[in-house]
Amino acid sequence: MLTLAQIMAVFLKDVRSELRTRYALNALLMFVVTTVAIILFALRGDQPGSTVLAGMFWVSVFFTAMSGLSRSFVSEEERGTTMTLQLIASSTTVYFGKLLFNAVLTLVLVAGVTVVYLIVFPAFEITGMGVFLLTVFLGSLGLASAATIIAAIIAKAGSRGTLYPVLSFPILIVPLMTVMGATVKSLEGVPFSDATVDFVVLISYFMVMTAGSVLLFDYVWKD
Amino acid sequence: MSAVKYGSIILVSFVIIAGIAIPLVPSPQNWLEFPVIPGLEEKARNIFFHVPTAWTTVLAFLVSMVYGFRYLRTRNPDYDQKSVISAGLGLMFCILATVTGALWAKFNWGSYWNWDPRQTSIFILLLIYGAYFSLRSAIELEEKKAALSAVYAIVAGLTVPFFIFIMPRMMTGLHPGAQGDSSGGGPLFQSGMMAGNMRVLFYVSLLGFNLLYVWLFTLRLRIARIEDRQLLSRHTEQ
Amino acid sequence: MRSIVLRAERVSKNFNRRNVFRDISFVLSPGDSLAVTGKNGSGKSTLVKILAGLLAPTNGLVAFESAGTTLNQDEIRPLLGFVSPYLQLYDEFSAVEILNIVARIRSSGAHDPTRRRTLMEQFNLWGRKDDAVRTYSSGMKQRLKYVLALEHSPAILLLDEPTSNLDEDGISAVRSVVAGYGKSGVLVVATNDAVEAAWCSRELKVGI
Repeated sequence: MLTLAQIMAVFLKDVRSELRTRYALNALLMFVVTTVAIILFALRGDQPGSTVLAGMFWVSVFFTAMSGLSRSFVSEEERGTTMTLQLIASSTTVYFGKLLFNAVLTLVLVAGVTVVYLIVFPAFEITGMGVFLLTVFLGSLGLASAATIIAAIIAKAGSRGTLYPVLSFPILIVPLMTVMGATVKSLEGVPFSDATVDFVVLISYFMVMTAGSVLLFDYVWKD
Repeated sequence: MSAVKYGSIILVSFVIIAGIAIPLVPSPQNWLEFPVIPGLEEKARNIFFHVPTAWTTVLAFLVSMVYGFRYLRTRNPDYDQKSVISAGLGLMFCILATVTGALWAKFNWGSYWNWDPRQTSIFILLLIYGAYFSLRSAIELEEKKAALSAVYAIVAGLTVPFFIFIMPRMMTGLHPGAQGDSSGGGPLFQSGMMAGNMRVLFYVSLLGFNLLYVWLFTLRLRIARIEDRQLLSRHTEQ
Repeated sequence: MRSIVLRAERVSKNFNRRNVFRDISFVLSPGDSLAVTGKNGSGKSTLVKILAGLLAPTNGLVAFESAGTTLNQDEIRPLLGFVSPYLQLYDEFSAVEILNIVARIRSSGAHDPTRRRTLMEQFNLWGRKDDAVRTYSSGMKQRLKYVLALEHSPAILLLDEPTSNLDEDGISAVRSVVAGYGKSGVLVVATNDAVEAAWCSRELKVGI
């Protein structure tokens, strides 16, 4: 019987563990700072336009996500606790607990990147706040959903360094391109209705990815 | 099977010869002449090679996905075998499609690559194939290798409808059929754009490439089975 | 404790096409105990993992039945207790925290505080219950695994190398638990120690 309490228990275990060890948060923070610093050096005072800013924003998010979202599964494998979790929880419980964790982590990450960009780039002005918030929210969900199933796969594959971005990138290109376009629209203050197409794509991507993952997760998780 | 083998060789050879050799004239008199499409001229020949290879690579991927799914349900290694073989062929056709597409782009639009949605799509498919094989080579245990790559193929397959159908409609692009293209579905579905004999040759090419795929598939399957038998007999000898 | 029957039918397992064991069949009713014996590498741990639902068999099936009906995975999970030296714990947490986490995930939090305390005292962990498990010795971790496995009063107890890492006191605690178990639950012990094998009424030899 799948209950919300059990899913929350898996989620909270990961959260508490993260707060104790601070593994992912540190990596994420370092990545955001590093990518923004590199971009600043490359620009040398030039002020990029909204298309470039939107692109850079999501590049920062993508790479930061790649450095941190695999942790929820990889740490279980590395510490050998996978077997314990398999023993006490059903596959679906584990999946939703980890998905929730990654979704929250991504939202925190994106919030962090937003704050940094607002501070560092004066041209990063969010004219269409509604569009921006919805874009960022839906984009984070889509990103987290894809990232979670891939993290589960590479954790079971021994997760040699570059495997995670190599597997994730092709399936994330669609939401990334969509979300970059929508972010440009939010920076330029385009009316909400112009962005509905993007929102529909992002919502359907999230739903398709999550539904597929739920059905396939058992084959990844169980030996 | 020899029907498929000879059929594919004959058809593809025919298409290669006919596609390249049949002259383009302003008003064709007989069957062995193609009309000149203003703006395309000689470059129109690409349609005989590019579209079928692109179609075949998508087909190969779907086949790989289906076999992967059947492996997950039955754990029969034979399905995994077929899944990999199809993926390998799909990769080959994908490279062909990307190259013919880039050539088309260079001669029609000026540069080899423009990030038009369809070009991006074939690139994404190429990346997916690459990722699939990277994943397989990272795992040693056969059952894990088969199960995880099957799941990845299916997950990646879930995104295919997005970039093949939805994106090009959403974004303006140079490729026929994209949003900014006033001619609608491109030369294939537009009456009057492609002459009858060109259409016939095109469908012949499509059939030829599909038969080629089937033939190569069965060939590689037979090789794999022979290798398996050798491996098994070596094991039992020890 | 519920009455559960554990049935194994022609279970076999291959790894990379190499066969580990085949055609393992048995039926265990409440009160039965089975010792799985064999040399190192014969597949004892593998068999116990298959019984615990952690590995899928290559062929054959493992079924848990209650009053004639076969139970599904979700129903079986709260009825199993499993101890193995390969089981790892979340050692940044304390013993009590781990027990709470497991109880919440396994059965939405329900647990009997008296039973927990009794078990922890029986395994001599009550004094260190709030210390991070990272600071535990391997013997203490093994004892905590027993508390984890027994807290929810499982109908089936699966033990892989039951006394590994344990000292005299630990071993006698396990022995008393096992003795109580033999009457109303189902017990499976994987071991190559003759003394441990003698705890059980039946024996199954695995491997050549």
